[in-house]
Amino acid sequence: MILAKNISKIFNNIPAVNDISFEVKESHTMVLLGTSGCGKTTTLKMINRLIEASSGKIFINGKDIFSDKPEILRRNIGYVSQNNGLFPHFTVAENIAIVPKLLKWDQQKIIKRTKDLLHQLKLPAQEYANKYPDQLSGGQKQRIALARALVSDPPVLLMDEPFGALDPITRAGIRKEFLELPELKRKTVLLVTHDVQEAFELGDEICLMDKGSIIQTGTSEELIFKPANDFVRNFFSHQRLQLELSSLKLKSVWEELPDANFSEKAEMNSNYSFWEAMEILSEKKLEHLGVVNENDQTRKTVSLAVIQAAYLKIKQNI
Amino acid sequence: MEQQQSLWQFMAQQSDKLLDQTITHIGLTCISLLIAVAIGLPLGIWIAQRNKAAWIVLGIAGILQTIPSIALLGFMIPLLGIGSLPAIAALFLYALLPVIRNTYTGITGVDPAITESARGMGMNKWQVLTSVELPLAMPVILAGIRTATVINVGVATLAAYIAAGGLGEFIFGGIALNNTNMILSGAIPAALLAIILDFLLSLIQKTNLKRMRKVAVVLPALLILLSSFYIFPNAQKKMLGGFTPEFMGREDGYLGLKFKYKLNIPTVVISDAVMYKAAFEKKIDVISGYSTDGRLKAYDLVTLVDDQTIFPPYYAAPLVRQEMLNKYPELEPALDLLSGQINDSIMTELNYRVDYLKQLPEKVALDFLMDKKLYKQPQNGSAGTIRLGSKIFAEQYILINMYKMLIEGNTNLKVVTRTGLGGTKICFDALTNNEIDLYPEYTGTGLLVILKPTKTQLDQIIGSREKVFNFVKKEFQDQYELNWLKPIGFNNAYALMMRRSQAQSLKIKTITDLKVYSDKNSK
Repeated sequence: MILAKNISKIFNNIPAVNDISFEVKESHTMVLLGTSGCGKTTTLKMINRLIEASSGKIFINGKDIFSDKPEILRRNIGYVSQNNGLFPHFTVAENIAIVPKLLKWDQQKIIKRTKDLLHQLKLPAQEYANKYPDQLSGGQKQRIALARALVSDPPVLLMDEPFGALDPITRAGIRKEFLELPELKRKTVLLVTHDVQEAFELGDEICLMDKGSIIQTGTSEELIFKPANDFVRNFFSHQRLQLELSSLKLKSVWEELPDANFSEKAEMNSNYSFWEAMEILSEKKLEHLGVVNENDQTRKTVSLAVIQAAYLKIKQNI
Repeated sequence: MEQQQSLWQFMAQQSDKLLDQTITHIGLTCISLLIAVAIGLPLGIWIAQRNKAAWIVLGIAGILQTIPSIALLGFMIPLLGIGSLPAIAALFLYALLPVIRNTYTGITGVDPAITESARGMGMNKWQVLTSVELPLAMPVILAGIRTATVINVGVATLAAYIAAGGLGEFIFGGIALNNTNMILSGAIPAALLAIILDFLLSLIQKTNLKRMRKVAVVLPALLILLSSFYIFPNAQKKMLGGFTPEFMGREDGYLGLKFKYKLNIPTVVISDAVMYKAAFEKKIDVISGYSTDGRLKAYDLVTLVDDQTIFPPYYAAPLVRQEMLNKYPELEPALDLLSGQINDSIMTELNYRVDYLKQLPEKVALDFLMDKKLYKQPQNGSAGTIRLGSKIFAEQYILINMYKMLIEGNTNLKVVTRTGLGGTKICFDALTNNEIDLYPEYTGTGLLVILKPTKTQLDQIIGSREKVFNFVKKEFQDQYELNWLKPIGFNNAYALMMRRSQAQSLKIKTITDLKVYSDKNSK
């Protein structure tokens, strides 16, 4: 859990971040969203004290972050920096081993953990452990950067535009992997991005920032359907339909979905958004598809028609 | 004398000296480099985090770099005396800029995303520096060290001027003696040394990034190893001679001292520019001076009597291209005006005013001509241009200033001066290559350095002033179409000199006395 209370950062008398407060709940992902220069990266870096807050209080899992030396604090926070930040003169395995070595793990434990992580990220250790970052593709580098942040199993993860350097296609693929990583589901994540689509896909909550202040905090659904002001409304005006469909989850209309025909394989779960469901249907050229509810394992069916009807109904109710 | 030696023969014959000089050269280069790295690297790291300090430190190092190397060596003498210490200090200052600048550039050039992620993972400042910044900056830092190495191998040749040894002894000796083999015996090993050291460092630089981490250990080890070949010159011996590179290689110099007088004292090679002062400061005891040098008076030195006459007469006279004398007949009478006007004591006095009282040679020349009523206002003529050359010492500056005034006052000719032509060889080559038209030369130098007569020829003429003058006048006219005009009057011969106090207390008056004393004390 991350709790920020009234934090500010002033550079040369100009406030970059102006008295903001937020909370990231245990195992949740919060996205700091905004345009360049809105203070989102500064906010993120104040959490691991790469930038020292000018005022305010920050707690991680109840502990004041200013009570330890910054180095000690950072070793217990996973950090993925912009442009991956891999050490070019370290191999993949050495890059991953940086934090464990700082924490003085024994060699066997480091090797085993590295192997496990690389396996999870679909980069077999045999093939990749001794490669240098230059020998990897952009997507592979990003996975290693993620592995490096996850290796010591920190409860909290900070990510600064983690997919910023990737092309849109690789980016979408990695995001999907990211969402499906079991390791990540348990983590409290604070992620910075300027990409609205990315924020909607990854964020349990989104914190929209502008000029150093938080304009609105909420789920993607709240932000798009209940904008606090014109700024929020205008921020999402581009691609509004796609964003609306992305913000709506199948589970929110679960009761309205028709029951499943059990011969159908369930290819989706109820956490999928309307948009993702439509994409899969159109990609597979199917009329309808089974969905499984993660909570109670009940099954339903979705089709484009059902989604459209549900969407129109929601729009009417606003 | 003897037939031309080949370069190989010379090098083989001088192999002991050559090896000794090469080791000294490597030692000077590596020790200074090691100190430069030991100080420049931390300094570069320090300024990489402080922009203001960076500006100041790089500025100062840059200014040091622009000081001409010989001048820097000169500055070192009042502070550190002569020998290897000031040489190493000067070389160190030269190596400093490339080391600091490349360390600074290397470290500030590391991608900030990488250092930030290093800090973000919990590395402290020291860990970021040693595991990230230094290894990534190492190729740039090594490039700086390579630059510094090559610079130092070059500049270290100048160390010979301040008695620190090295390959410069051959180079400058060779230039002074017009001995190409000797020049090459110093220059070729120096060039090879630069290439080899640069190559060795390039091997380190080419190793991949991973192994780069080991460079931090290998490089200092390599430098220390190379430096260890070099042993600092032994502590002061009882009676130490300090001779110019030219004197060391001349028959009428050190070779003659050894051959005729059987004088055998330990010696160091030193530049004429600092020799007198070094003798005065008791760094050395016996020097090879010139008998009219003003510093003789300034530093209270006495000349030892050449009782077995190994030093031939050195009467100064203008050496002129015959072509110019034919073209401008008015030139010779103007130059002859000075003939017979200056004897030894007048010349010593004039030199003293320039060398010690720091009066300008122009002023000294003007005062003298006024005094002798030889000065005339320049005619600002345009009949032609005469180019005057001079070697680099006060006497020559004074003489060519006098000649300039005489020519411009008595003829319609214009004069340009090319001062500071290193030594005899450079002046003489400039003359024969039609770069200058005249310079003041000494009969003994013309005889022994340029003409190099056979031993029999030499024995016939060496004792007589007139015979030497007539011999060089005839030979120069025949061989080079150069004309020796009438001598000015004084005899600036080589002489051995000692501090007056020491010479008196040891009762040394002649070179034979010196030999007897040194033989007695070396046993």
